Parts: sequence; C-alpha cells; structure tokens
Amino acid sequence: MKKLLIASITLLAAPLLAQGQDLGQPVEEGGEVETVEDSEGLSGTVSFEGNLDDLGIAIPGFATDADVATPANSGGTAALGKELARVITSDLRNNGLFKPTGPDALPQPRFAEITAPSFATWSNRGAEMLVHGYVRARGDGRLTVGCYLYDMQLQSQLVREGWVVQPADWRRAAHKCADLVYSRLSGESPFFDSRIAYIAETGPKDNRTKRLAIMDSDGANHRFITTGRSTALTPRYSPDYGKLSYLSYVDGNPRIYVYDIGTGHQTLVTQSANPTFAPRWSPDGRWILFSMAAGGNTDIYRVPSAGGEPRRLTDTPGIDIGGSYSPDGSRIVFESDRSGSQQCYIMNADGSNQRRISFSGGRCATPEWSPRGDQIAFTRIAGDFNIAVMSPSGSGVRALTRGWQDEAPTWAPNGRIIQFFRTERNSGKTSLWQVDLTGENERRLPTPVDASDPAWGPILP
Amino acid sequence: MNTRLATGLILASTIALAACSKKAPEELPPPPTEQPTPLPDRTPAGPGVGTQQHFVDAVGIANTVVYFETDRFNIDAEDSGKLQVQAQYFGQYPDLTFTIEGHCDERGTREYNLALGERRANAAKNYLVSVGIPASRIRTVSYGKERPVALGSNEGSWAQNRRAATILIN
Repeated sequence: MKKLLIASITLLAAPLLAQGQDLGQPVEEGGEVETVEDSEGLSGTVSFEGNLDDLGIAIPGFATDADVATPANSGGTAALGKELARVITSDLRNNGLFKPTGPDALPQPRFAEITAPSFATWSNRGAEMLVHGYVRARGDGRLTVGCYLYDMQLQSQLVREGWVVQPADWRRAAHKCADLVYSRLSGESPFFDSRIAYIAETGPKDNRTKRLAIMDSDGANHRFITTGRSTALTPRYSPDYGKLSYLSYVDGNPRIYVYDIGTGHQTLVTQSANPTFAPRWSPDGRWILFSMAAGGNTDIYRVPSAGGEPRRLTDTPGIDIGGSYSPDGSRIVFESDRSGSQQCYIMNADGSNQRRISFSGGRCATPEWSPRGDQIAFTRIAGDFNIAVMSPSGSGVRALTRGWQDEAPTWAPNGRIIQFFRTERNSGKTSLWQVDLTGENERRLPTPVDASDPAWGPILP
Repeated sequence: MNTRLATGLILASTIALAACSKKAPEELPPPPTEQPTPLPDRTPAGPGVGTQQHFVDAVGIANTVVYFETDRFNIDAEDSGKLQVQAQYFGQYPDLTFTIEGHCDERGTREYNLALGERRANAAKNYLVSVGIPASRIRTVSYGKERPVALGSNEGSWAQNRRAATILIN
C-alpha cells in the first residue's frame, strides 16, 4: 500500500520538477530604433506605371561622412555602408519584388551626393528608381542610417527616412529602408523589419531533435532558444516580441510554456496536469489561446497573458484546437472535428456563435487569420496537404501551393506573403517556404538545418 | 490502511465508469476474474518485475501495442483482446504504474495529431480502467506524429504508426 501511494505521488509530482532544463542562454534584447527624419509632406506621384516586378532599382553602397571603426563591421562604416545596401538588395530580390541592382555592380556615391544625386551617373543603368543612403557613427556609440528613394525620370525625391540604431541592430536599419522603398512603391504595408520563430530539426526520422529557434525575416541573427534535450514545437511570438509561447516536452508531457525572452524564464500557460497544445496570442497581446485535453477530449481556452484563470471557449465532444484571432480581436477562427473530420469554424472571442465556414471539399486545418483581416490561410487536406486561403465567410478558396505535405501557414506582417513548412515524402525532411498571396514567388527560406512550424511576428516595435 | 486502499479503488473505479459511460467499448469486456490466470513464472535470472522487458516477456510484444484506423480512436475486438492480456498482467502486479503513449501517422497536421494521440492513449486507458485497473496507475502521453516507428511514407508504415503503446518507465 505504501509503495503504491509513493508510486502515485511520484507519477503526479514528476511533471513539476524538470521545468526550464532545456533552455539555452537567454537572448539579448535588441535596442530601440529611433526614427530621426522622415519626409512628411513629400508625396509626389511615382513616374513608373508598369508591373512592379519589372521596376529596376539601383541600390549603390551607402556613403559615410567619415570612415571610422564600428562594432557593426570590422571594415568600418564605409564597409558597413556597402553591407547595408547588400541587405536591402537581397530583401527586395529574394521576395520577387522589383529588379534591384546591388552595390557590387554599381559605383559608390560620395556622402554629399546622397541628398543631391548626380542623376547623369545613374541614367544609363536601366533603373527607374535610385536608392541612396548614408551611415554615420555618432558620439554616443550608436549609428545614424539615412535612406532616400529617388525617381530617376522625375529626378526627384519620393521618400526619405533616418534611424538611430545600436551597432548590433544595423540590419534593422537596412530592413527599414527596404520597407520604406517597398511601401512607397507598392502602396502596401511594410514587412521586412520583423522576426520569425520556428522549430529547427535534426536527426533521423524516428529520433528527431526539435529545437526552438528565432531569426530575422531574412534568416540573419539566427539563435537557438532551447538545447534540444526535449522536443519543442509550435512557437508563437507575442505581438511585442517580449515572449514566446511554445510546446515543450521538458517535463515529459506536451505542455505550453510562455518564455520571457528578456529574462530567460518560462512559466506554464496554465497550472494543470493536463496536456496543452496550440498557443496563439491575441493581436493586442492581452490574451493567449491554447487547447487542453482532458480524458481524450480537447477544447480551446483563453487565458489573460498576464496570468489568471483560463476560460473554456468550446465544449463540443471531439477535438477543438488551434484558434487564431481576427485583427480586431473580436472573432476567432479554429479547427474542430465535431462534424467527423477537421473543418474550420468561426466564433466570437467569448466563444459564442460557433459556426462552420469550410464547405469546399477536403479538410480544413491550422487556420490563421490574415493581419489585414480579409483572408484566412489554412492547411487544405485533400489527398495531399496544400496551403490555401479563403475569405472569412469560407468563400473564394484558392490553393497556393502543390507540395506533398505543405502545412501550418503563417502570415507576413502585411498579409501579402505566407510562410509554411514542407515535409518531404519518405525522408521526413522539413523546410520553410514562402509564397505570396497570388501563388507566385514560391521560394525556400535558408535555415541552418531542417525547419518546421514557422511563426512570423508583426513589424518590430 | 486496507480500508483506505479499498476506498481509493472504489473511487477510481467510479470515476473510470463515469468517464467510460460517454463512449462504451464496442464489445463489453468480460467481468474481471477473481483469480487471474497466473502468468509464467519468471526465472530468478530474468528481467525483474517493473522493467519493460519483464512486461514484454510476460504479455508478448504484440500485446503491448494496439493499432487504429486513420483518424479513429475506437478500441476494436483485437485491441480489447490485447488490453485484456495487459490488464491481467497489471492485475497481478498491483504496485506497478505505467504509461500509455498515443501516436499518429504523419498524414495529419501536427497540432491535431497531438490531440488525436491523446485521444488514442485515453481510449486504451479507459478500456484498462473498465476492466479494473485503477486510473491512478495509468499515465497517458501523446507524441502526435513526432515519434514514428515505421519510417516509410506509405499505408503500411502509417498503419504501424497509428498506435497506443504501453510502456513501463523505470
């Protein structure tokens, strides 16, 4: 009897002990990016009227007023200026936007020319647009980066902006410049200055190591958060990038943890012995949705992100899981097998008015509401797994990919691009991909090892 | 002390019955026998009670895992036969606690499969509880599609991966 009692207690107590044993070094938080100069009132029209894919943009190296040493580049601020232009060029090129020409194929403008370009120098290079910029080391150790976009035909400035960044954040200034150029020319919201959380995978199919990792939107500044001793899955950034919620088996059971990026500490999303899955943040960061299984039945719950009592939002028999807020936080799209197979449903944020929206054949899984609100991306299971989009009423279904197993869409901050992960048949190897809303420009994202479960965060604060 | 144990067992069975009333097994299990058929005696040199090897040797490897149809979690006649053999073993060693792992094939989305694996592990657990094994002795854990045993991407492999495996963890 005593033995049985002890055994039972051990069984229940074990999950509480092992927390936090899988975490690597805490990640340093980035500095503030201060906008120092912008071009309010400069809203002239763009002369180019063709397809934006054909728009030539010359992006020579950024100039510096004085080539001085900087922690951002061993070659000093002059070399950093060239590197800034390279990052902007690859941002635009890799996303299939415009026809950018980078600094390695162009002459280097002088510092004085940044605000007064010698247009004759650039007129015979087939570029309709010209990006100029500068980098200047400040007395306080930070860097000022300025970014200017000129219309070659009009020979006039279309937009300009400047930022003060810590040397470690120099790439953010390049992404902000790429965002400025992209937004000004396309009329869309920015997306380059953002990060992605995902799961890095290594090892054979029957013994995969799965680690929580983060990186910038272009794959740079890659960091592992967990060591890989226990399996980590399905991360999501909080909207302010201060926290990551994700599933970990660190105590032997699948449970959702909330990891504080600044302090390196993590807590359970809810104090329960039951398994929890599928974390999602509300757009304002005040709530976390998660799913919890009890006796084989899984329901969706909502808990204040600051802590508090979870409230159950679904109560039908079966698996209700996932859940993704509309941008205004008023509604939630989720998946449920209450009808007999996985389908997508919408409910109000308090759980009321649940109704199915997917009726177009096949199954509907992992729905994610676009940050623009007009589309829902989901995994469409109809034989193979594809990434598809539909309107919030379930109409206008369009498949965007044709892989054998494409799964788990996540939206770019501006709702124009979708990332997902692709699993290879037989080998089980995984990789991150993205495709734009038209189904064009599908490309694989470079990651150091195999990768799954991408989660694209909003524009960095 | 014995009264407390008895109360505990009755409570556990009551909870188990309540949990089972939602979805009864398709075939009713036989009533628990008063005197379980003794399993083969272990030789002193063999693996000790409480090890996975002892369990496997006693019930046979095939009886440690039950399999499911695509997206299903019901315990069919073949499964209940296997689980009855397991119940007999755990009835004979009432001090043992054990784990049921629920698994899925790769042809499902990751999060859904975590929930489905939990459902499968629970179906096996509920069956064992219904034939008299206290729920407090059984831990369930879902691995979704994260831990396949068969590595191909074909029906044969997927059928082997849709499973609930009973494990003794030392």
